[in-house]
Formats: sequence, C-alpha cells, structure tokens
Amino acid sequence: MPKQLAKTNVVIVGMGAAGGVAAMPLTNAGLKVIGIEAGGWLSPRDFAPDELRNGSRNWPQSVQKAASEAPTIRATSADTAVQGSHPMMNAVGGTTMHYWAQSWRLNPWDFKVVSETKQRYGAERLPQGSTVEDWPFGYEELEPYYDKIEYTIGISGQAGNVQGKKNRAGNIFEGERKREYPMKPLRSSPFTELMGNAARSLDWNPFQGPAAITTELFDGRPPCQYHGFCNKGGCHVQAKGSTAFNVIPKAIDTGNLEVVTFARVTQIVTDNDGNITGVDYIKGSETFFQPADVVLLASYAYENVRLLQLSKSRAFPDGLANNAGQVGRHYLSHHQGAPVFALFDRDLHNWYGLPAQGVAIDEWADDNFDHSELDFIGGANLWAHTDRKPMTAAKMSTFGEVRNWGSDWKAFIMKNADRTNTSYIQKTTLPYEDNYLDLDPLVKDPLGFPVTRITARYRDNEKRIAAFSQEKMEQWYLEAGAIKVVKAGLGNLMGATTHAYGGTRMGLNSETNVVNEWGFSHEVPNLGILGASVMGTSGSRNPTLTVQALSWRTAEYLANNWRSVVG
Amino acid sequence: MKKKNNDKSAQNESLVNRPSSASRRDLLKSAGLVGAAAVSTVAGSNVIASDSPGSRTDPAADSMASVQREALEVLTAEEAETLEAICDCLIPSDEHGSGAKEARAVHYIDRALASHNRDARQNYSVGLNAINEFARKTRGKSFTDLLRDQQDSILLAVQTNKIFGFIPNGSGFFNMLRSHTIDGTFCDPYYGGNQNFVGWDMLRYPGIRLGVSEADVSVGGDLPPNHQSAYDHSTYTKLADNGSVDDREGKDYA
Repeated sequence: MPKQLAKTNVVIVGMGAAGGVAAMPLTNAGLKVIGIEAGGWLSPRDFAPDELRNGSRNWPQSVQKAASEAPTIRATSADTAVQGSHPMMNAVGGTTMHYWAQSWRLNPWDFKVVSETKQRYGAERLPQGSTVEDWPFGYEELEPYYDKIEYTIGISGQAGNVQGKKNRAGNIFEGERKREYPMKPLRSSPFTELMGNAARSLDWNPFQGPAAITTELFDGRPPCQYHGFCNKGGCHVQAKGSTAFNVIPKAIDTGNLEVVTFARVTQIVTDNDGNITGVDYIKGSETFFQPADVVLLASYAYENVRLLQLSKSRAFPDGLANNAGQVGRHYLSHHQGAPVFALFDRDLHNWYGLPAQGVAIDEWADDNFDHSELDFIGGANLWAHTDRKPMTAAKMSTFGEVRNWGSDWKAFIMKNADRTNTSYIQKTTLPYEDNYLDLDPLVKDPLGFPVTRITARYRDNEKRIAAFSQEKMEQWYLEAGAIKVVKAGLGNLMGATTHAYGGTRMGLNSETNVVNEWGFSHEVPNLGILGASVMGTSGSRNPTLTVQALSWRTAEYLANNWRSVVG
Repeated sequence: MKKKNNDKSAQNESLVNRPSSASRRDLLKSAGLVGAAAVSTVAGSNVIASDSPGSRTDPAADSMASVQREALEVLTAEEAETLEAICDCLIPSDEHGSGAKEARAVHYIDRALASHNRDARQNYSVGLNAINEFARKTRGKSFTDLLRDQQDSILLAVQTNKIFGFIPNGSGFFNMLRSHTIDGTFCDPYYGGNQNFVGWDMLRYPGIRLGVSEADVSVGGDLPPNHQSAYDHSTYTKLADNGSVDDREGKDYA
C-alpha cells in the first residue's frame, strides 16, 4: 500500500517550463502546492563548458527518468515500431536548464489556421486528412500572458509591433503587443550582421530573435557572457531564464510550494465518480499517495499522454480523461529536420556566441506570404545563428569535396572549421488523422509500465514547406557569400523531439479535444493539463513561451475559480 | 527597394581573413615531425613507452619532439599499437601539422573504453583483430607494418563494408572509430585527448572563455588561444563517468 500523505490543494506533476510557471500564480493566491519532479536540483556549477560531455555524451539527457521510458517510433500502423531516443531532461527547471531559450510568441495566424485558410484560399486548401482546428481563442487572448511571462522570466528581444506601430528592427509580422520587451535583444555578431545585410539586399526584414536570456542585469541575474555553451548546457551565470532560477524559487519563497525531487508519478488516482483524488508516486524504494483537490499535469507531451493512458480506472477504462478517445490524438512535432548547410570562403567568427543569438526571417512563415499559387499552407521561420565548437566543426559536412578522413580531410577541416554554418528551419506542422501516440504493446520501462509509441509521419504539406523554405535558405546563404550549399532530405518519420505538440489538445468541442479553453479536462473537472500537449498547431517557431503563457493562464484561472473547479 | 550594397561590402570587409599569428602557424607546421614510438611491454603490464619522451615542462617542445605514451587502462599493447596506426591514418601527423597521435586520441579512447564507452570494448577487440587478420591474410604483415597507402586501402574497405567480421559491420565500426578519434583529438583535455591543445590549435579554436566580448569575437580565430580546460576553472563540478546526477541533491538555489 502506498504511504498516505497529508492532503494538499494542488499537485503539479513536473517542475519544468510549464509546471514551474504555474506554481507562481497558485502560491501567490495562497494555495498550497506540491510539485513532484523526476529530477533534482542543479546549479550553475553543474554545467561545465564541455562539448564532449554536453554534446557527444549527451549528459543533460543521460541516466534520467525520461531516458528509461523513451518512446518507440513507427511511420504508420502497418510498420513495426523501433526504439527511439528521448530529447528531454529531468531536473527542477526541466529542459529550460539546457534549452536554446528562444522565446517566441506564436503569430496570430497560428491560432486560426482553419478559418483564415478558408477565408483567404478556400476550404479545399486545408490538407486532406488533417484534423487541424482553430484554437478556442485568438492571439489577443494570450497576449497579456505572453507579456506576463516576458516580464517575469525575463525575455530579451526587439519588438516589431507595439500597439500597431511597426518597427522594422523587429518582427513586423508579429501580433500586436502591449509594450516592448523588458530587455534589448542579444547582441549581433559578425556572422549575424553578414546574414542580416544579405537579407536586406533581398528585401527581406531580418531581426534579432527573442530569447529567455538576460542582456542586462535582470531580477538579480547578470547578463549573458556569450561563452557559447548554451546548447545542452546550463548557464554558469544564470543568464538563461530557467524556471529553476526564477519562478520556482519565488513560489517556494511564498511558503506555499514544496518541491519533491527524484519522484516519479506512476498514476493519477480517481474515485468512482471520476474525480481525481491525488497521485501515486515512487521516491527511492517507497510508494506514496499524495491526495490533492486538483492535479495539474505538467510533464512533457509524451509523458502527459502516457500518464493519462496508464491511469485507467472504472470511470475511465481507456485512460484518464479519455472516454472520448482523444488522448494521444492530434500529435505533431518539429522533428522534420531538413536543414541546410553552407560553406563560406572566409572565417565566420562563430567560435563563441549561442544558438539564440541569431537573425530571423519571418517573410516565409505562417501566412505571411501569398499562398494562392502554391500547393501548401503555412511556412517556415528562417534562422541563422552563431555557435561553433571544435568537435562539431571536425564532424562537419565535407560538401562532397574530400573523403571524410586522411590528410586531405584534415586540411579541409583546418581550413573550414569556422567557415560553415547549418540552419535548421522550423516549419508549420499540422495534425493528421493517423498520427498519434499510444502505449507500446511490447516495450516497457524498468518499472514494468509500457512506454509511449509514436505513430506519425510528415505529409505532403510539411514536405512542400520544407522544400520551399530550403530554397529560401539557400538563396539567403548565397546572397551572404556562401560558396556551397547542401540541402538535407525533407523528412518522413516524426520521431521524438523537444518540440512535441498535441495528444491532449485544447478546444471547445469535447468530441475532438481533451481539455477546454482553460486547460481543464472536458471529462475530469479537477484535472488541468499544461504544456505543448494542449497546443493544436505548432507555428513555425519554438513552443516554450506559448507553453508558459498558457500555463500561467490555466493556473490563474484555477486560482480565480477555485470553488467552481473543486466543486 | 533594395538597400545600397555599401553596408554589405563593409561587413564583408570585416570578415576577410586577417594575417594570422605567425608564431602559432609555425608551431603547427613544425609539430608534424614525430618519431615512431617503440613498443616495450614491461613485465606483466601493458605499457607503451615512447622512444624519446619529451620534456613535460614545455608542452610545445614536447609536442614537437616526440609523443609520450601513457599506461593503458583497457586496451592490450597490440590493440593500442594497431589503433595508433589507424588514428594516424584518420587524422594524420603530416605537413599540415599535428594529428591524432600528438593529441593522444588513443589515450582518450582507452580511457573512454574503461568508462563512458565500456559497452564498445568488445567492438574494438573484434574490430582491431579483424583489421590485423585481414592485413596478415592479404599482405602477410600486421596492420602497423604496412605502408600508409596499404593501410588506407584497408580502412577504406572497412568503411565501405568490403571486409567482414566487425560489430555491427565494417562501416558501423569505422564510423564509431572515426567519431571517437575526432572526440579524442578535439575534446577537452580533461578526458585524456587533445593533449597540449593540439586539436584546438589545429582548428584555430581560441579556447574556452567564461566571458567573451565583442572585441574577442571580432578577431575570430586570431584571438590568442588560452589553452585552458573547462576544469581549470574551479567553478565546475566534475561528474562521475556515468554522468549521474541522481546521487546529488544540492539545493543551492532553492
């Protein structure tokens, strides 16, 4: 029998990007919160500038809960799933410890893909088999929460549309915002200036991207030092706005948040009426039952879906909140890849700097350009960034010039170590009928629970965006003086990635969505779900800021409507 | 309307190669001359000694003179010798300067096979043996005794799956070996490779800095290398080989 603990108001499962943010409005409102986290506390001392450990050996993601339950992957239900890897980290702060920290707002179009497409191009332009829906609200509804996160976490960037006033130094395609960012953007570099100038000569509008990274003293945290070990590395000066360094400590300071570390939630427990009574978790060799009025599920997309699917009961025989069969549906991700590689004839000065220190082009994203004569909807945000390390440099593409070892190759990498650049390109990805997450019938984690099985692949719409955006990227690199450009394949299998969406989609229709417009289950009134698993569209940019804005909104709703939610 | 190209050409100007540090280039050129190391198996232990150990007090002189080999942790003396020859084919010490040999990639791999990459130990035993077997069968000599062209052609055959007897196959083994050789040549010296920072100097990587100014960035690879390991900074925790953090629960920021 699990050891019974004293009841609390709210249990948050997962203290990462989403759960960490949610703790703040709840504890500020005086609610007692217990955050259950599979990892532990890390400090800036734990993140050495060590390319081997962080990169090749993948330290941030090793020996963790998520690794032991990595999803299996297959393209279609006719295929046999193969073991995949998992991309996330378990720690207080979660993957915000080592993420790139790009902190975009979605563009207004991303909230209304269906209605906007119908209106501008006609219903027949919606890709066949896609289950995409409009969000239950527009960009305007989320704007105050984006603003709240930008000023609480500390986002640096250049606004492009403050109250309708456009500024070409920022993103002129962004939705209208109330005010500027709290901090100026990360500085430019010789390379981002080179790319920025090339973009301007193409008549494109380049701008510095937004990042959860300080550029001046902010909230007691010093500015970024540009040492260049951001990717898969935490920050040695806390310039990166991990939730472990801002919202979580602040929530603890209220006296209302207790964080339980190295604890794995194994089940969300419901009574016979279908109401949640609490969660079971394992810490060390002991099992506990933590009773709570409300549970906010805030682990990663795959884990959110999996925990619901594992939490079967009399009221929910197919998994919690899944009587409509929607848990695991509408899955999509930014796993597509399709990067572009460029070789220049001069050094780019990219040995330092970070992946969030880049220059963006939004002309070819979302519906920012006319698709009338094209055979797809959506688009891609182009991103050129600094960040070069010796081992990565040595493993660079040889652009077909030399065999990848020996004297000629050595001469090649000695000459070109600082002369190549890779652009990953984030693209609109849509949900489709037969892309989904379920429990693998064969593969289990060490506790004996089935792991998630991903059944998903990219479709024509995504591949056409990839081909289109690769040509734009090539054009950009060539304008900047690249002497060779190589384009990778367009992607097929939709594997596990840090940008995973859907599975517990948010929407007004309870037949096609798991949570309502506030992030609470249509079927279980005291279950809220946080994270990109509630997002029905991806946009063509990083999800974290949107995840955090939604989390704050759901938590604030809970605090303001406590009696009606708890019942 | 197009913006005038003035800005762009001014920008390109700032990226044009600057004259590089002459002393550093000369050092790299002269560092290529490395004497062949002799193997001597000291009673009961796998120790490979160099024929003329360099001074340990002057890293530059050391790298130019000869290569000091380390006591082996996992590899047998014969495996290490074969691996030295292979790594030298992959990242040769040549007219362009130092290679995997000076970086001590083999020392890195030996240590990695004792810790993080211990699962690959058998792949190395099987793979190195298969290469030597093939060399003896086709050329009548062990791999290390062949001419460089002969060695290269065997490695190419391994890389393209023309030779069998590897885990999981020739190209799989080759790719792992290549990856480990690169790791050992360009990693933080903390791990036993990239000795005397020859790998980083080879690429003109100016080294780990905890803070980098715009002025630092503007000189690119001509920024003088600082030759520091991440762990020369006492700020950082050295982790267990398995990368585990589960045994620590510091609450510095709670």
